[in-house]
Amino acid sequence: MSVFNVSAPRDIRSKLYEINWTFVLLVGLIGAIGVAMLYSVESGSWDPYAIRHLIRLTAGLGLMVVVAMFPPRFWMGIAYPAYLGALILLVGVEVMGVTAGGAQRWIDIGPIRMQPSEIMKIAMVLALARYYHDLPEDRVSGLGGLIIPAIMIGAPMALILMQPDLGTSLLLAATGATIVFMAGLSWWVIMGAGIFATGGALIYLNFFIEPYQMARIQTFLNPEEDPMGAGYQILQSQIALGSGGSTGKGFMQGTQASLDFLPEKQTDFIFTILGEEFGFVGGIAVLGFYALLLANCVLIASSCKATFLRLVVMGVATTFALYVFINVGMVMGLLPVVGVPLPLISYGGTVMMTVLFGLGLILGAHVHRSAEPPKGAGLFG
Amino acid sequence: MRRDKQESQAQFNRRAILLAGVGGAAFAALGARLYSLQILEQERYRLAAADNQFNFRLQPPTRGRLLDRFGEGIAVNRDSYRLLIVPEQAGDPRAALERLSAYMPLSEARIERLLRQIRRSPRFKPVTIAEDMDWETFSRINLQLPELPGITPDLGEVRTYPHGPLTAHVTGYVQAAPPGAGDTDPLLLHPGFRIGRTGVEASLEDRLRGEAGQMKVEVNSSGRVLREMPQESNPPVAGEDVRLTIDVRSQRVALEALDGQAASAVALDMLTGEILTLVSSPSFDPNPFVLGIGQSAFSALNTNPYRPLFNKATTGIYAPASTIKGAVALAALEQGVTDPEERILCTGSVGLGNRRFHCWRPRGHGTVNLHDAIKGSCDVYFYEIARRLGIENLGEMARRLGLGELHDIGMNLPDSADGLVPSERWKLTVRGERWSTGDTYNAGIGQGFMLASPLQLAVMTARLATGRVVEPTLLPREGAVSFASMGINQANLDAIGQAHRAVVHDPRGTAYWVLDAGRALGDLDAEMAGKTGTAQVYSISAEERAAGVRDQEDLPWRLRNHGLFIAYGPFENPRYAVAVVVEHGGGGSSSAARPARDILRDLVRRDPAGQRLGPLASANATTGASAGNGEG
Repeated sequence: MSVFNVSAPRDIRSKLYEINWTFVLLVGLIGAIGVAMLYSVESGSWDPYAIRHLIRLTAGLGLMVVVAMFPPRFWMGIAYPAYLGALILLVGVEVMGVTAGGAQRWIDIGPIRMQPSEIMKIAMVLALARYYHDLPEDRVSGLGGLIIPAIMIGAPMALILMQPDLGTSLLLAATGATIVFMAGLSWWVIMGAGIFATGGALIYLNFFIEPYQMARIQTFLNPEEDPMGAGYQILQSQIALGSGGSTGKGFMQGTQASLDFLPEKQTDFIFTILGEEFGFVGGIAVLGFYALLLANCVLIASSCKATFLRLVVMGVATTFALYVFINVGMVMGLLPVVGVPLPLISYGGTVMMTVLFGLGLILGAHVHRSAEPPKGAGLFG
Repeated sequence: MRRDKQESQAQFNRRAILLAGVGGAAFAALGARLYSLQILEQERYRLAAADNQFNFRLQPPTRGRLLDRFGEGIAVNRDSYRLLIVPEQAGDPRAALERLSAYMPLSEARIERLLRQIRRSPRFKPVTIAEDMDWETFSRINLQLPELPGITPDLGEVRTYPHGPLTAHVTGYVQAAPPGAGDTDPLLLHPGFRIGRTGVEASLEDRLRGEAGQMKVEVNSSGRVLREMPQESNPPVAGEDVRLTIDVRSQRVALEALDGQAASAVALDMLTGEILTLVSSPSFDPNPFVLGIGQSAFSALNTNPYRPLFNKATTGIYAPASTIKGAVALAALEQGVTDPEERILCTGSVGLGNRRFHCWRPRGHGTVNLHDAIKGSCDVYFYEIARRLGIENLGEMARRLGLGELHDIGMNLPDSADGLVPSERWKLTVRGERWSTGDTYNAGIGQGFMLASPLQLAVMTARLATGRVVEPTLLPREGAVSFASMGINQANLDAIGQAHRAVVHDPRGTAYWVLDAGRALGDLDAEMAGKTGTAQVYSISAEERAAGVRDQEDLPWRLRNHGLFIAYGPFENPRYAVAVVVEHGGGGSSSAARPARDILRDLVRRDPAGQRLGPLASANATTGASAGNGEG
């Protein structure tokens, strides 16, 4: 924190000067690892994944910097409208959504196909952060201060559960809970909520869970029972990872992936390729880069003066961390198979843009860490 | 306010550190799991990965070739253009086959059959659409391949018999293995793999087959082969090339001489036992059998009354008839029941109890000694000689000369015939009747119970001519061969030999006129010996005789007598023995004697000094390097 720069920068030049280059470098590095792995997945071909990933990464880094330029007031201003819009889109998915992979997750608007749940991940963070920013600290643990965030988290969760997409709705729940926690919720309420959530989960598991979701959980618990069926993916992924050993088989030398033993290797199982080709050393290095990036996020959060920015950073970082944890845990057989990509490395346009947009908010928080928007400050307030 | 702000900041930092700690623990868990997978259990997963990755694919060996004595290929392999369909790549196999039918004839029934086969096998396993395609069709389809997804051209090997019918009964043929034959070689499961089913192909299967190789291949998760790894594979071991004693040229001479009759001929080198000629007529082309002969073509062959598929030379058995007379005479001389000078009166028939035994010459031969009796084939003389000998002495000589015995020629198959040399005991146990003198009479002229294959007749001829225990073979004998002497008085052998020579070269010999009045070997400065035989198939009854059936020609083909002839030459320096049997050939002299003479004449012409035919002595049976025919 610069002593000479106590007030937030106003013009673009000074904002660019404030950019946290360690952060940008880590993001670019992880994205570049993704390009290399996608190049390897196609046995040394830029087409079709690597080149597109590179283009998206470059465009996304640009987007990230652009997002970082916007002042916190702007994001506070659009927080509620964006949240409401995302909520409407989620309802729209129920009405006119395109079924992809057995679940309604996409919505078609002319030529654009998008996943409202992706938008919601960011919109909910913004809305919650805005709410707590405006809320006096002493009311965080009060009844009113609990009900509204609960609705803000619960409504999109319910809609996404109906798609049905258990993974994303749990992700929203975890992100939301993190923001509520970071906002200063009292430990008593947290304990109560924990008991309540456990009860709710038990009810859901017993009465509302879809068969395929149950199957995934059972497969996860016992993958070797059915090696050619649902457990096949986990088993093959573990074989590929394990056969990589300590230093791996070398770049583009992975056999399991190139032989199609691995499903969805360019998306959800990209970490497996990495682990097979670069071994334990490579896997730990990538996890280390993620950890560094996340630690950076926490530092940024605690450097921010505005509650809004702190909570946005923690919310986005939590989502990001959960992505990494769930994906890597899944390919190693620690967690059930849920369709969660490895951020910045997995192939996929929507996710890349969402992730880099979110990281742009964090970078923006760093740029504007000294800003102190008053409570209730909106877009034009 | 300021204090609140600071307190809130502090609380945020505490909680952030707590959350970071939780996150750090989660990441540590990931790292620990990674450590467990990649460091602690890497060996186990490495093995599993290798299992995933590699497979061994059976590589059929090249079948050993069969060569004739000059190194001429008689069963070889040629490249076969095949067309395979890989269902996995074809998408809709039916559509793929229908598209293909625009470029090659592919009937609806065939498509159905292929589709059934495709449904039964894994999607990645190629199914053969067509084998042994002509180059034109094959190349046309190759040009169209971009429009024919899933259709794969392939090069395989297919057995072929360049001389086809000439060597059909020697080589036999290969075919797909019948299911459940007790052979457990995994090769038999390989589509397109064929094993010997008849002839030498079957009897030498073990030497010809070779050993399967294993190609290490990299496969993907659905089992499709992505890459072959020849450096880590066991190559197949090709089967052994085997040189046979057969001479293709002599085979041709023999088959041409037999002229499509139901007949067979065997010629062998009497000094080595090597079989030079072994034909069964009419022959057949073994080539269509390799790829699966059509039902109609097969039943045409199978129901042909001349039985082309049947190897008459080794599995056909016939009454040796008068060809046995030399053996009977030799037994009589050895036993001392007669001497060459003793004369016996032949009046055309002789009575025994209330039966009459006729001579083939109704007027009789007058008084004949042994020489005349063989030369004129006098039956009455041999009735008397046989009576004096008795069946046991007669049978013993027949057996010593190689009748009633299975000779191991390297092509012994379950249906090879060992013929029959009867005995008193045999008749009693098998027929439940006592041996009668009439039976002995019949045995004396090679009729009745006695049965022999053409191969056995050739062996008998060789043993009579050389006095040695000649053993026939289709596999070359290395170096000098010396058969044991039979221990028979050379003077007796000479007497029989002179009589056999007279059959051909004496104007009163039964084969004299048939075989060009003493110039049997034509322009060759050599003589030959021989003996005619006529095996009675049907007795013309008195009624038929009255109805005008006098000659064999008046009878239907299947009732006519078999014609037989045994011969050897050159007489001065005996080397080659020949036996010919013409089924229902009518008079023995004409139908069998000429083909036998033709075969012998060809052999003697090429080897007038009675040395050894061809360069076989120096041949290494396994090299097969010398192509072409070293006919010298």
